[in-house]
Amino acid sequence: MRHIISVLLENEPGALSRVVGLFSQRNYNIESLTVAPTDDATLSRLTVTTVGDDRVIEQITKHLNKLIDVVKVVDLTEGEHIERELMMIKLKASGANRAEIKRTADIFRGQIIDVTPNTYTVQLIGASDKLDAFISALGTTSIMEVVRSGVSGIARGEKTLSL
Amino acid sequence: MVVRALHDEGVKYIYGYPGGALLHVYDALFRQEDVQHILVRHEQAATHMADAYARATGKAGVALVTSGPGATNAVTGIATAYMDSIPMVVITGQVMSHLIGEDAFQETDMMGISRPIVKHNFSVSRPEEIPTIIKKAFHIAQTGRPGPVVVDIPKDMTSPTERYEYEYPKSVKLRSYSPISRGHSGQIKKATDLLLAAKRPVLYTGGGVIMGNASDELIQLARMLNYPVTNTLMGLGGFPGTDRQFIGMLGMHGSYEANMAMHHSDLILAVGARFDDRVTNGLDKFCPTAKIIHIDIDPASISKTIKADIPIVGPAQAVLAEMIELVAASKKQPDAAALKTWWEQIDEWRTRHGGRYRTDDSDKMKPQQVIEMLSKVTNGDAYVCSDVGQHQMFAAQYYKFNKPNRWINSGGLGTMGFGLPAAMGVKMNFPDADVACVTGEGSIQMNIQELSTCKQYDLPVKIINLNNQSLGMVRQWQDMNYESRHSHSYMKSLPDFIKLAEAYGHVGMKVEKYSDLEAAMREAFAMKDRLVFMDIYVDPFEHVYPMQVPRGSMRDMWLTKTERT
Ligand SMILES: Cc1ncc(C[n+]2csc(CCOP(=O)(O)OP(=O)(O)O)c2C)c(N)n1
Ligand SMILES: [Mg+2]
Repeated sequence: MRHIISVLLENEPGALSRVVGLFSQRNYNIESLTVAPTDDATLSRLTVTTVGDDRVIEQITKHLNKLIDVVKVVDLTEGEHIERELMMIKLKASGANRAEIKRTADIFRGQIIDVTPNTYTVQLIGASDKLDAFISALGTTSIMEVVRSGVSGIARGEKTLSL
Repeated sequence: MVVRALHDEGVKYIYGYPGGALLHVYDALFRQEDVQHILVRHEQAATHMADAYARATGKAGVALVTSGPGATNAVTGIATAYMDSIPMVVITGQVMSHLIGEDAFQETDMMGISRPIVKHNFSVSRPEEIPTIIKKAFHIAQTGRPGPVVVDIPKDMTSPTERYEYEYPKSVKLRSYSPISRGHSGQIKKATDLLLAAKRPVLYTGGGVIMGNASDELIQLARMLNYPVTNTLMGLGGFPGTDRQFIGMLGMHGSYEANMAMHHSDLILAVGARFDDRVTNGLDKFCPTAKIIHIDIDPASISKTIKADIPIVGPAQAVLAEMIELVAASKKQPDAAALKTWWEQIDEWRTRHGGRYRTDDSDKMKPQQVIEMLSKVTNGDAYVCSDVGQHQMFAAQYYKFNKPNRWINSGGLGTMGFGLPAAMGVKMNFPDADVACVTGEGSIQMNIQELSTCKQYDLPVKIINLNNQSLGMVRQWQDMNYESRHSHSYMKSLPDFIKLAEAYGHVGMKVEKYSDLEAAMREAFAMKDRLVFMDIYVDPFEHVYPMQVPRGSMRDMWLTKTERT
């Protein structure tokens, strides 16, 4: 099963490499990874999406917790949560296709954030499967470039991941 | 600041080798007398010496190595300590901070190289951080599940242009690291109930009992319950080897009775052991009727390979102490009738196959006989520091350890070359104790240069070289799985170890006949102030048995070259 694991990490050199190293060293898979500082400058927040059975996920969270630079770990998929990913996608857009792309982007509540006579760059925010769905919906439109941020997530309700 | 911090930490000996990046530190060492530096002949030996000190005392040993090749030479020793959860602080020199990343002379990314084999590592980026970082390094290395910590110090950090106020912190707190100090009482209660209800129990204990200083508690609990005890390779000495309740080591080369008891048990109490693949054999066939209570300080060790029915995260000592109280207070007592039947069964196993090897009529020695003699001559009280191979398994099987922290071997990584430096590290710190290095003609040559260090610092260890003129363990596998094609497992052109020992200024003794062994060994141990290299010729064709059949259950074993269960 796919899991979204959020980690609060000391904002120190080498901390990120310890997390990434752990995954490669123990053969855990990383589907996406995002990391950025939080409102507290001494802490970074890292979100990793991974796939594994319960035993593997349990090992991943235990080993993350063991890393000295890791302050807190939570598996967001264990509870109600919101996940979001940002995608920017550059498309060949000319002739009739231009209107079609615009319409599809509207349906997905995407925004066109850059325009040239032959291209559109669309920005889309949502859960990863929504971004996937948008790509499929584009049909034969030719995709020039895709950049995705990886997943960020947060628990619903009053639960927080903080010190 | 480095040396002063080590002094303030209470460090007496550090083991190391100098180089460019460490010259300032070595100069500081020269100008004081509190911290004594031991100059090895290869950095790997420095790490093993520090490691063995930790294994014998529970306190972190310290190694000091220079950047580049000094640091990479230390890697094997760091990995050895990591695999066996041994507390150690390794200080590595580094090139000047402004040169880092420029492929400077003797630069290697030690933070990167060591990352997967340390509990944690630090890089110093401001000189004034040094005392705090060193304090943190010791704190992390010695608490929780112990492990090695690397402190990488660029050269310019040890010759600051400004003066700093030196202050060594009394303690440090890390918000992201708080080792657990006791187990969950509810879980311990549940576990104790299960323990008392068992009909065919086994106590299976590992290195966590040794490093967690929980041997007394283990003995007490085992005595109260009268349950059988088996130890892992790392856990030997945790329970007295001559005790009736001790059923031997378990696992790949474990005793027949220990492996049989595990397989047929209905309850396993695992303490500070990690269900390693050399213990469990085939995971799907592991102990089919057993419920499992698993006590470990590291939550990641629990249910990693074998799922625990009752997991207890906590230090072995505290958890066992709580169990002892509960058992003492409990109205319920172990099921005496069931236990009687269980012991009868175990004793039957024990007499059927326990501790057996064949001797022939000739005067050729079996390696097992040598270890039994060592056990006899030293009364089971020596520190036995082993290398890796058949001789290691024979030592584990046939030396009867009375006390914890005396069996010192590389269990997890299996590092040939560990034995001699380990024996030196122990002897340095326990000068009055008998310290033996059990080794083979293969392993000893991996750190033989340390005979020179032994001379310099007067370290009269006893080297018991079980010379079978081959890489015996490799050869055994080749015999069993590769139709005896002995690819590169010979040691042709062996040196004359006697002359070699003498060349380094030590005593050499050659023993070829069993009838000479006892007298020779007694003579060697009587030479309190001399290193004696005993080159003992043993049967080159001997195999280590029992040996579990790969991917079988715990009870599937070869018992001799021709018999199996
Ligand atoms: C550094 C290292 N290299 C290789 C091995 C693989 N290995 C394990 S046992 C062994 C043979 C050891 O020979 P010896 O020291 O003579 O011991 P014996 O088995 O003959 O008692 C080898 C090569 C190892 N454990 N460590
Ligand atoms: Mg050999």
